[in-house]
This record gives sequence, C-alpha cells and structure tokens, in this order.
Amino acid sequence: MAETLPGTGGRGHGLDLAMRGIVKRFPGVLANDHVDFDVRRGEIHTLLGENGAGKSTLMKILYGLYRPDAGEIRIDGEPVQIDSPRRAIELGIGMIHQHFMLVPTLTVAENVALGLASPKGPLLDLAPVARRIEELSEAYGLRVDPGAMVWQLSVGEQQRVEIIKALYRDAELLALDEPTAVLTPQEVEDLFVTLRAMAAEGHSLIFISHKLHEVLDISDRITVLRNGRLVGTVSSADATKAGLARMMVGREVVLEQVRAPVEVGPPRLEIFDVRARGDRGTEAVRGVSLQVRAGEILAIAGVSGNGQRELAEVVAGLREATGGRVLIDGSDVTGADPGQRRALGLAYIPEERMRDGAIGQFTVAENLMLHDFDRPPFARHGFLDFAEIERHCRRLVADFDVKTPSLDTTMKSLSGGNIQKAILARELSANPKVLVASQPTRGVDIGATEYIHRRLLDQRARGTATLLISEDLDEILALADRIAVMYEGEVMDVVDRADADVGRLGLLMAGVRDSGT
Amino acid sequence: MGEFFTSAVLVSTVASGLRLSTSYLFAAVGETFGQRSGVLNLGVDGIMLLGAFGAYYTVLNGGGLWLGMVVAITVGLVMGLAMAFTSVTLQAEQGISGIGFYLFGLGLSDLLFQKLVGTPLPIRGFPELRIPFLADLPVVGEMLFSHSIVVYAAFLLVPVAAFVLNRTTLGLKIRSVGENPEAADTLGVSVAGVRYLTVMTGSALAGLGGAALATELGIFQQNLTAGQGFIAVALVYFGAWRPVGVMAGSLLYGLVASVVLQLKTLGIIPRSASELAAMLPAVLTILALVVAVQRERQPAALTKPYERGA
Repeated sequence: MAETLPGTGGRGHGLDLAMRGIVKRFPGVLANDHVDFDVRRGEIHTLLGENGAGKSTLMKILYGLYRPDAGEIRIDGEPVQIDSPRRAIELGIGMIHQHFMLVPTLTVAENVALGLASPKGPLLDLAPVARRIEELSEAYGLRVDPGAMVWQLSVGEQQRVEIIKALYRDAELLALDEPTAVLTPQEVEDLFVTLRAMAAEGHSLIFISHKLHEVLDISDRITVLRNGRLVGTVSSADATKAGLARMMVGREVVLEQVRAPVEVGPPRLEIFDVRARGDRGTEAVRGVSLQVRAGEILAIAGVSGNGQRELAEVVAGLREATGGRVLIDGSDVTGADPGQRRALGLAYIPEERMRDGAIGQFTVAENLMLHDFDRPPFARHGFLDFAEIERHCRRLVADFDVKTPSLDTTMKSLSGGNIQKAILARELSANPKVLVASQPTRGVDIGATEYIHRRLLDQRARGTATLLISEDLDEILALADRIAVMYEGEVMDVVDRADADVGRLGLLMAGVRDSGT
Repeated sequence: MGEFFTSAVLVSTVASGLRLSTSYLFAAVGETFGQRSGVLNLGVDGIMLLGAFGAYYTVLNGGGLWLGMVVAITVGLVMGLAMAFTSVTLQAEQGISGIGFYLFGLGLSDLLFQKLVGTPLPIRGFPELRIPFLADLPVVGEMLFSHSIVVYAAFLLVPVAAFVLNRTTLGLKIRSVGENPEAADTLGVSVAGVRYLTVMTGSALAGLGGAALATELGIFQQNLTAGQGFIAVALVYFGAWRPVGVMAGSLLYGLVASVVLQLKTLGIIPRSASELAAMLPAVLTILALVVAVQRERQPAALTKPYERGA
C-alpha cells in the first residue's frame, strides 16, 4: 500500500542520516563543537537543548543554509556535500522551520509549486498541484484547501502546508523545528498522529522541542545539546523529565514550583466588558470582563491571535478601549495614559520584549531606569545622579540574577533570558499592585524560566494581582490560580486551577464550550 | 471653453494623451518587475536619460530607429546590471543608491550630449502606423489606432507583463522573492538571480522609455525626461504593483498633461498661469497616490536586501 501513496517518489521511504564531528563557528561563538547526530530510517529522533545550544545551527547545516567548518554528513552511508537548500531537497531532506517559510499573499498551491518545474514549461499549471495536495492531505490527515490564500489560514493549517510542501518534494527525512510551539493541545495530538504515520512508513523524522513531556511522548531517541556540544543520546524509554532537564541545563532544575496557598485580598484589577480593535481595525477584544485579586494569578490561555495581546495592551494603556472600563486598585483608568496607570501601581511585561519592553541600543543601566530616571533620588532639577543610578542598578542586577558583563553593556547583546530578567527587575522593583505579564518566558531558557516563575510566585505571595498571558499551558498550570480561556476576542470560560485539565482547556482554546460533562 | 469640446479637439487630446503616457508606461512597467521582486530602483530617470541619448545619437548618426532602440535597451541592461550589483550583491540602501544612479545618468547624458552633439538637431521618429480597418473607424480610429509602433508596443507590454507575473513559474518566483525571499530560498529559488533579472529587465524598459520619449519628440536636450522616471516609480505605487493599475496611472498622467497642453494651445489657460497649470499632473498624481497607496500593501520585502541566515 505504501507504493500507492503520492509524494513518496521512486526512492522508497526513509534514509539513514549521520552527521559526524560537525563544527560551526560564528564570530565569538562556537555554535557547534564536534557534534555527532544520527537518525535512522523510521525513527523519530528529538534534538533537545536550550536556546543557543546549537540545534538550529545544526539543522541549518543539514539543510544547506550554513556550511560547516568541519565535519561530515553521510546519507545511507555515502558522504554528501549539502551546499544549498536545493541540494538538500534533492537528497530527500525537508525542513519545517520554526518561522514558517510561506508567502502569505500566495495560495496554498502556489506556495507548494514555488521553485518546481511545471509540466507546461514556463507556464504555471496549478491544477495537478492542487490534486496532489489533496491526495497528500488524504493520505496523511493534513486537511488544507489548496486554493486558500495562506494569510487566511490558522497557524495549524499553515504548518500543514509546510509539511505538505516537504512531502510534495518527496522528503524522506523531515526536520521539524519547534513545531508544537504555536499549536493547541488538540492540534499537537493531530500533528503527532501524522508524524507517527510518517515514521511507520519509514520516514526519518527530526523533532525539535523543549517541552519535555512532548519529547518523551513522541520520540524514539533523544539527543541533548548544550552550549554547542553533544551531551548525549538516550532512548526515550530510559529517559525522565528531570534527567533530560539536567542534561540540558547542566544542573538540577526545579520543573514544578511550589505554589504555596496565599490569602487573596480585594480586587486590584477589574475589567468590565472591554472592547478593542486589533491592528487591522477589526474587533479583537469583544466584551471581556475579568477580576484579579491581590495575591492571585489569573492566567489567560489561548492560541495566539485571539485578542490576548490586545487585551494586555488595553490594560497597560497602550491600546485604546472602544468600550468598557478598566479599574486599577479601584480607580477608573480607562482613559488614563500608561504613566498614570503606573503611578497607581501597574507593572507591565510586554510580549515583544525587544520592541515594547527594552531599547536594544541602550545600556542595561539605562533600560533599568526607563521609568524612574526623572525622579528623585535618580534625578534632581533635571540632572541625572549617576552614582545613585549605578548603585540602584547594581542592586537590581544582583537581585534578579541578570548575567551581564557590565551595566554599560547594550541590552541587545544579552541573551533573551537575561533581557527578560532585566525587564522583570525594572517592573518588579517597585513592588507593583497589578502586574500584567505577557508571554514572560517565551524564547527563554529553562534556567531563566525557572527563575522567572519563582519571581512571579514570590510577587503573588507579596500580594500582587497578576494577569498572566501565556500560550504555554504547562506554564499556566504551574502558576495560575484561575484560568480564563480566550477565543476570538471573548472569554470562553474561567476555571479554577483545581478543576482544570489540559483536554478541557484545549477544547475551550479551540472555541468549543463543553456541554457540562 | 466651448471650443475644447469639439470632437476634433477631443480626439487629438486623447491621442496625444496616449502618446504622452508611452514613456511613463515603459519605465513604470519595468519598475513594477523590480519592485515585485523587492528591489526599488530610484535610478529610473537617469537610465531613461541615458537610453534617450543613446537612441537619439544613434539615429542622428544614421544608425536608424531600430538600432537606436537596441542601443537604448543595451544601455538599460548595463545600467541595470550595475544597479543590481549595488542593490543585490552589495546590499546598498536602495533609496540612496538609486539617487546616485539618477545623478550619474543625468550628468553623463548631458556630458555626452555636449561633447558629441552640442546643438540639438531634430531627428525623425517612427512613422504613424495606421492599423488597417481599425484606424478608419470614426473617432476611436484617430484616437487609438493611428500611432507610432512605440505607442502600441508600450500598451502591448501591459498584458504581457501581467501574464508573466501571474501565469508563469517565473512570475511566481518574482512574487515570492518580493514577499518572503527566505521562503523562496529554502525552496531552491535563487533570490539574487531573480532580482538581477527583474532589475535588468526593468532598466532595459526604462532605457526603452527614454528612447520612446526622444524619438517621439524628435529631439534630445539636457534633462529631457524632467523627472519622468521618478513619476514612473510613483506610478508603480499608484498602480498597486499591478501592470494594469500602472497603466491606469500612466494614462491618467498622460491625459491630464495632454488636456493642460491643449487648453494652453487654445488660450483657455492664460499664459501667465501656464507654469501653474503644468504642475497639475504632478499634483493630481500626489493626490491619487495619497488615496490609493493607503489601501494597498506593498511587497513585504521591498527595499530589503536578502542575506541567507541573517
């Protein structure tokens, strides 16, 4: 039956890949330091590691986007030179990049056909392309409409297009870079069904993720990288979450923070029937009402693009509410500017930390002082008191464990985790009454995530009312007291942490209200 | 005002509008290719001037009109190669390097003109080519089907360009490279190759546009184009990066210019106001641009050099 499946060329399924002694240097960084990695036919092999461990570099070398400085790649035992993506495709290698490589203004079929010869020579002929897309959809459970414009598709659908693109090119080895980061739990399940079907047919699969439970669920073997070096390869059956985390970070990691019971106080943040428009002018927030009390973390779960970012911006005063009211500590701040809100005790950790949370060209010290630079004791009569500023910043950097060469280092040269810790230091230093934290650990390594989670829980214990917005359900379940699920600008439901389970939250995230089971 | 609305005047106004659109059309359709692939060529006007001089000088020295066109295209290709090298290979800031190319073309064309020709001598352009039967139709015949071959070629270029962009594998590559070059690269499309091709094609058409202008006017002088190439760049935005839209813009521009000219000739616009009236097409274009461009999305990678892995 395998022969009848479309998109699997004449070569037969799968290939054996061996990468040996791969070295890649960038100015000042050894991104891959003699890394060995191999994938067998029909195997799902996970590449695990923190940001900057060298996973993406290794994959870009495999796909011909980078040339290695040393090392050898063998496919089915034969040494190969992969000097371009075109060569990689010819060798049967497909890649699903973390940032989708799709042209949003084109249709699905056009995206799939791009770069391939057409049966009609120079003329485009999309009808056979569409037919084959439908065959592939059918064979692998990858539902997608070949005629749809890519910008209209959901993230999950776009990912299916990426997989179809690779299968259409007869990929026998498929590398997926953090494919689950943007999916709902149900979509992850669907993806895993597809991946298992492909592996069962003999396809070789490389899976990249840092979500340990997914890794343990889907992989046959797991290879861990740290700081560009190979830590080891283990069989999934012998691996544990704690063991993998230790291999990734190089020390023991507390995966689950202890959430001590905290006495909740009066409501600090109240949102009544808030409405707001998104960047495209369409209504993104449609009548959301929420209350967060002192000493409570209320998490907003949902697939990105369902109004969470807009809601956070409305609360922070960065986006105008078209309806409804926002109260901070009992004061109506609906029309207030961000400065007035901060004066009432609001702190904000924005989703786009390099765009809204920090100024990359400024130094660490300047970034730490962004709010307070113009008031005593840091400034008097318009003159900055550098000694006082330095003293304050030294304390923040030490307290919040920001790893920086100096206070005068530019912010953009720090790692994502340390940038986030610096923002956290600035925002939490005033012990806020209300904290809005958007995706506080996205793109942040496990060590820093552990630290940030601990800080958020500390803040909860000190009576801060926290509105946490996250796409990571593990994070939400680890931190939240209550969970509100947003879908298409509305709150589907608010559930207590004690009653929450991943299946129910996933359904709500997909817009399905459960019928009282 | 009444004398303007006689059929003879109207017919000749429209016909002259089409002729005036021609040079814009070549240059703007050419520029559309470059911009759809993500490269903004602001040097169009300079390339037009060099093309115009090349064609003029060839014809003046007895090389003939067809050879003149070939020379203009060749000049355009060479300039396009240089432009692509700076924009694509050297990844220069396109808004700045284009101005450099413009100034180079402006200066060189004038220098060559002063050194090689000196006094502007007239040349004879392509003869009127009356399309059999169609040209004999009342009104439309005179308006649309009694032009030189250059005018027909410019308008024929529009459906050809639309077809290439929308119906060929090359067009798909051009559009992808202009929207998401990284995606195209990962599928084995040569981003640099596509951009060299579109910039050189665009520049060749700009050279041809200049040649069309010089041969239709039958003359060359310093700064003959008077900024037509910049208008052409604006027309690409006006036309929302689609050949048909670009044609609409070129026509609007040509027709307004023609109406102003006609009203001046008839003395409806007083001589004292003629300088002001000459600004009308430009003002109109700016207004149209303000209205049109707000609605349209430009190619996402426009003016952004591509570097693999960056």
